[in-house]
Amino acid sequence: MLSRIAESMFWIGRYVERAEDTARILDVQTSLLLEDATLDEDDTCHGLLSIMGVDDAPDHVDLAFVLGALAYDTTSPTSIAAAVGAARESARRARETLSVPLWEVINTTYRDIVSGRFAQRRAPGIFQWVRERSALINGTADATMTRDEGWHFLVLGRCIERADMTSRLIATAAVTSGGTSDQWTSTLRACGAYEAFLRAYRGVTSERTAAEFLLLDRLFPRSVVFSLNRAEQCLANLESPGTTAGARAGFSNEAQRLLGRARTELEYRSLADVVADLPAEMERMQRTCALATDAVTRRFFAGAEALAWQGVTSA
Amino acid sequence: MSAMFEGYAGTGPAYDEMFDGRALRPPYQRLRTSLQALTQPELVSRVEALQAGYLDQGVTFDIGGEERAFPLDILPRVIEQATWASIDAGVQQRVRALELFLTDIYDAGQVFDDGVIPRRVITTSSHYHRAAAGVRPPNGVRVHVSGIDLVRDNAGEFRVLEDNVRVPSGVSYVMTNRRAISSALPETIAAHRIRPVAAYPQRLLAALRAAAPAGVADPTVVVLTPGVYNGAYFEHALLARTMGVELVEGRDLECRRGRLMMRTTRGLAPVHVVYRRVDDEFLDPVHFRADSMLGCPGLIDACRAGNVTLANAVGNGVADDKLVYTYLPDIIRYYLSEEPLLRNVDTWRVGDAEAREEVLDRLDELVLKPVDGSGGKGIVIGPRASRAELDELRTKVLADPRSWIAQPVVQLSTVPTFVDGALGARHVDLRPFAVHDGSRVWVLPGGLTRVALAEGELIVNSSRGGGSKDTWVLAGPRTDRADDIPPADRSDRAGRAGAAEPARRPEPPEPPPATRETPGPVLADLAEREQQQQQQQQQQQPTRTEGAPC
Repeated sequence: MLSRIAESMFWIGRYVERAEDTARILDVQTSLLLEDATLDEDDTCHGLLSIMGVDDAPDHVDLAFVLGALAYDTTSPTSIAAAVGAARESARRARETLSVPLWEVINTTYRDIVSGRFAQRRAPGIFQWVRERSALINGTADATMTRDEGWHFLVLGRCIERADMTSRLIATAAVTSGGTSDQWTSTLRACGAYEAFLRAYRGVTSERTAAEFLLLDRLFPRSVVFSLNRAEQCLANLESPGTTAGARAGFSNEAQRLLGRARTELEYRSLADVVADLPAEMERMQRTCALATDAVTRRFFAGAEALAWQGVTSA
Repeated sequence: MSAMFEGYAGTGPAYDEMFDGRALRPPYQRLRTSLQALTQPELVSRVEALQAGYLDQGVTFDIGGEERAFPLDILPRVIEQATWASIDAGVQQRVRALELFLTDIYDAGQVFDDGVIPRRVITTSSHYHRAAAGVRPPNGVRVHVSGIDLVRDNAGEFRVLEDNVRVPSGVSYVMTNRRAISSALPETIAAHRIRPVAAYPQRLLAALRAAAPAGVADPTVVVLTPGVYNGAYFEHALLARTMGVELVEGRDLECRRGRLMMRTTRGLAPVHVVYRRVDDEFLDPVHFRADSMLGCPGLIDACRAGNVTLANAVGNGVADDKLVYTYLPDIIRYYLSEEPLLRNVDTWRVGDAEAREEVLDRLDELVLKPVDGSGGKGIVIGPRASRAELDELRTKVLADPRSWIAQPVVQLSTVPTFVDGALGARHVDLRPFAVHDGSRVWVLPGGLTRVALAEGELIVNSSRGGGSKDTWVLAGPRTDRADDIPPADRSDRAGRAGAAEPARRPEPPEPPPATRETPGPVLADLAEREQQQQQQQQQQQPTRTEGAPC
């Protein structure tokens, strides 16, 4: 597969997941702000923006600003609208590789944004819409794409992004209200994990158990450990499809090393240790994801660097 | 009779393809009958669905970086079998002659010595590339893909307006238009027997594979695109997808020791045939524009070394030159010893002194075209131009007469078109596409009909606000359906019936009754009942015999 196409596939996976997870995080935070009168809107919004990587926020921010920066504003790189636009642009570049149904669901999602239908939707409904579109895209990919390299890159992108975003979700829960159980309940809900969590932990919601579930659960598909595991599998498939070459000792792929190390650290350290400073821990997780992306880029996409465009006409 | 076409009238002297005065022309009989039941609001809603569908599927083209849905008119253009047969033969003839001509001028140049065309016409063409001289394509083909633009004059005769043997575009819309119209007008499609267009990518791939360098048993074919910002990117992606080959950009390619490679996730992989959609000037910074980022340094040398085939070959543009066009009838006679089957539009070479005088006198009634233009750029239509424009043109023509040709204003034929909620006559042209695989020239039945959407407008290019129409080439009548052909038609077609009868596919064996092995606990009860019903059904049904519809 062409390096350039592989890179596009990787980023389709990432952008779609980013749009979905941003919607999930916003969903929790906006409903918390509405429900909990004791929260300071300014502080909560600042906390949220900094975790989502918006550094240049003005001194006074309110919910409307946050929704603009993280959802509607197509010019803000952290917004859902921008993520969908970028996913579609990547898909356009890899269009001959994508299945037709997959291209069409991505394209129609994007059409809703450029046509202004997206901007007309209001806060809670919009998050549901993003989740549904993302489920449609992922489901269509799952149902129509061959499990070749392109697929592995797509899933790899999705898993790295998911590990990154779940870590941000955990960080927002820990930061914004010091981790009341209400906060954790809605965080779990945002992941669609609340019922699964209740069954697994028999109803005791605390910072410790909720964080453990979202970080370490091996069976829940949005947990950090689960995502890292999948990402490692994808890398292993990409490195040696159908062979056992390199199986004797260690890993030669830098991304695989980084992700494996991060995962084993989470799994083998004591929970108390991990939970002690969740925000810092989660920030390290995000750094690992960024480094792993760099490593994947160097290993697989080298030479696919963007070049300046020159106009050309054809008959 | 039909409310739909009531009040429709052709404009001026132009040939209307549907109506001859008030009388319906035969090819359109079925079309009108099948559309009769359609009410205006229903038609409008189908038009809207058509456009929304193109946006959702991303069937777009770019104007100045903005993506727009490719405009497609809902009413198809119908071409009868006999008319098509003559176009088909004429295009084949033309492509064969162009092929021989290009091979000759980049080699010995016999055609110059025999005085058919002056050598300076070729050497002064901006598309003549010395870099292409002496490069012999592996199977002798230079014009793998061509698009010959045709117009229909006032008498209804198809004439050649220009040749495109560089990188003709638009074929993807022929395929998507057919699919879109099939879903917009299913009843109408069902009432006709239309020759399919979907086979194009397979034909093209076969031709590209046939052009591979000698000794390569399983060649790697790629489509080379300038990138997503190119106006025809949609087409490049569609062709790559439907041929099942990689779509590459210049930066994906690299030349090593006279061989072309592409960068993949597993390192460099060899490439043997490049269907390039990048213009000559941008292909190889070593030979052409040094600032090009769209090509790959060393590509031409790899081609010359015989390690990679470029389709279409470099330097073909010289045949698109409108001055060379004026010599084409002689070129056809020279190489093939045949009379041209498709005539050119009457043309004056402004470079010739006596012609120049006449042209300058009649500047306000002629169409002036730059010889190396494409996409309708630079064309001045005399009767529509202002005094100032004509004066400017006169200066330009006098400064460089070699760069201009003049033609009378050809009234392109008209076809009913649905614009702004009403039917009106609009001018159309036709670009049939031909694929040459080295042994024969295959012409895609139909081609791209472009339509000028503004009333009276004669320039149909999509970059100038033109639309398109699905173009139906009718297949021969089915013998078993002869009774629903109107009597007037029957005598006309009877002679040909049978010749075009397609081989009927044998009846596939009856599949075993569908049963689910594991219906699941809830469905199990239901499925059991259904099976019983199916078995009862089968007892009532006699075994199917030959000839049953499949």
